[in-house]
Amino acid sequence: MREIGGGAFVLATALKAIVFFTLLMVCVALATYVERRLAAFVQDRSGPNRVGPIGLLQPVADGLKNLLKEETWPAAANHAFFLLAPALAMIPATVLFAVIPFGSPLPTRWGFVPMIVADVPIGILYILAIASLGVYGVVMAGWSSGSKYSFLGGLRGSAQMISYEVGLSLSLVPIILLAGDVRVPAMVTLQQHYPGDSATLGTWLLLPLLLGAFFVVVTSLAETNRLPFDLPEAEGELVGGYHTEYSSMKFAAFFLGEYAHLLTTAALITVFFLGGWDIPFWQGDNIRVLSDGTLAGDPSWWKTLLTLVAFSVKASLVLGLFMWIRWTLPRFRYDQLMDLGWKFILEFVTIYILVIALAVYTLDRSGVEYGWTYAGVLTGVNVVLAGLLFIGFDRGRLLRGAGQRAEREARRGHMEARRRVREAALAVVSGEGAAPEETGEVAPEGGR
Amino acid sequence: MPGEVKVMTRPEGKGSYVRAALKGMGVTLKHMVDPHKVTQQYPEEKWELAPRMRGTHRMAVHEDGRSKCVACGLCPTVCPVNCIKLIPAEDENGERYAAVYEIDEFRCIFCGFCQEVCPVEAIHLSVHYENAEYSRERWVYDLERLCEIDHPYTALWDPADPSSE
Repeated sequence: MREIGGGAFVLATALKAIVFFTLLMVCVALATYVERRLAAFVQDRSGPNRVGPIGLLQPVADGLKNLLKEETWPAAANHAFFLLAPALAMIPATVLFAVIPFGSPLPTRWGFVPMIVADVPIGILYILAIASLGVYGVVMAGWSSGSKYSFLGGLRGSAQMISYEVGLSLSLVPIILLAGDVRVPAMVTLQQHYPGDSATLGTWLLLPLLLGAFFVVVTSLAETNRLPFDLPEAEGELVGGYHTEYSSMKFAAFFLGEYAHLLTTAALITVFFLGGWDIPFWQGDNIRVLSDGTLAGDPSWWKTLLTLVAFSVKASLVLGLFMWIRWTLPRFRYDQLMDLGWKFILEFVTIYILVIALAVYTLDRSGVEYGWTYAGVLTGVNVVLAGLLFIGFDRGRLLRGAGQRAEREARRGHMEARRRVREAALAVVSGEGAAPEETGEVAPEGGR
Repeated sequence: MPGEVKVMTRPEGKGSYVRAALKGMGVTLKHMVDPHKVTQQYPEEKWELAPRMRGTHRMAVHEDGRSKCVACGLCPTVCPVNCIKLIPAEDENGERYAAVYEIDEFRCIFCGFCQEVCPVEAIHLSVHYENAEYSRERWVYDLERLCEIDHPYTALWDPADPSSE
């Protein structure tokens, strides 16, 4: 079976775009609801449960409220950019959705329809390029608001997103090393299990690239500006961050963009590390597009539906993980954030790429074919690296503020001075020595 | 004698951020799956009010439905915020009654002095607090309305029984 072409292709693509965009928006609305409920559960509350059954219509009520609210234009705002910023925050997140494969190809009378809006040949590069566009919305919103808090939030956001983009891009390199391809559907095929086929790894990449998955999750949190990295909108310091001056639907656009970004990230992590739409322990969904454009496998509409469900479940789990992390961890300090990004993640991911490349090279040279042995060796390498990282290196040494070393030195001096003062005081009480004032000892400043 | 000064040090170089984070996530997970919720679903679930809670006024009535008020004028006198308006009148038997008796619940501070001072135990406060209205005028309760209210009477503080048992 061949892929549909001509007018049917255009029609199918348009239809897919509309359906997936609608689905995305519905999921975004649901995600805001789930996030609030989950937050409530973590804090032993009930969360929104009034509008509709168990509060499911809350997003609708919120949307209606935002539509009907007054739109404010700050006097100092640059109107054109002020209006453009929310759109720029929302568009990249939604456009990213185009390259995510949701299910196995759907067979039709005119050929098969891949369940991906646009199977661009530069997949991962497209993702990285578009994801980095999201920073423009943040910067533009911060700058055009004409407010200092917004501006600070925008600056923080841009610095943070640019810093963590490096880490994110590098964490994805091992996947490209294994897949030998940057097309996104190739990632799914790589993780499917074809017995006796040496072209695929046969296991989800979560295992052979455990640390890579960890770094992708961490950097994705920073990329989507979520806790523990939500410094651009640190409400304790910046009122509301870059969207302080926004109201009504323009604010809602930022909100939607944020959640769309979150959903897209969850979907991408699903595709990269959780096998995409692959259903585990079942070979019936082994359907792939061969290099000559024909389809291998046995597609059917119910398989498409089933894989779609599998994908949604996996993406929801990743989303749940993100929310769970958000309601657990407190915010980083800004210097810690930058330290983590530049002084740790960048270095470690570079080393990680080298180690994985070395492992891949060694395995290839020693004639090991793709399969469970290959994946097992990589998993072993990852477990060793993870052990080194979390048990060996991370003992409070990974995260340390820029001024903390100096601070510790100061505190050491401070405690020394305190000890001397105390000894002198004891000496005075026992009537042996001079008063501490007379010794001229003064505790140095700078200690905590 | 000078006491020992305890110097607290941060657990630096000992803890792991990742492991601490995982531990924290365990705690949040425990709460997430815990069905116990502290939220009170207000309109459905309500507080159990104390018997001495001082809320909306109500007027005690005789068996024939007349108010027990004898228009002595003590309650408007004792009221610290002047929220009681009383115009006394006398009927054909020479008994005093309140021709106009209005309480502005908006102005009232629910001190309960009126209940304490009433010689015939006519005006009372009641154990009730949900009295939202759409207009300010509705907050001025006239005698008829006060007589119709039937929430439980607020128990007065009794020196012999300080905890109202």
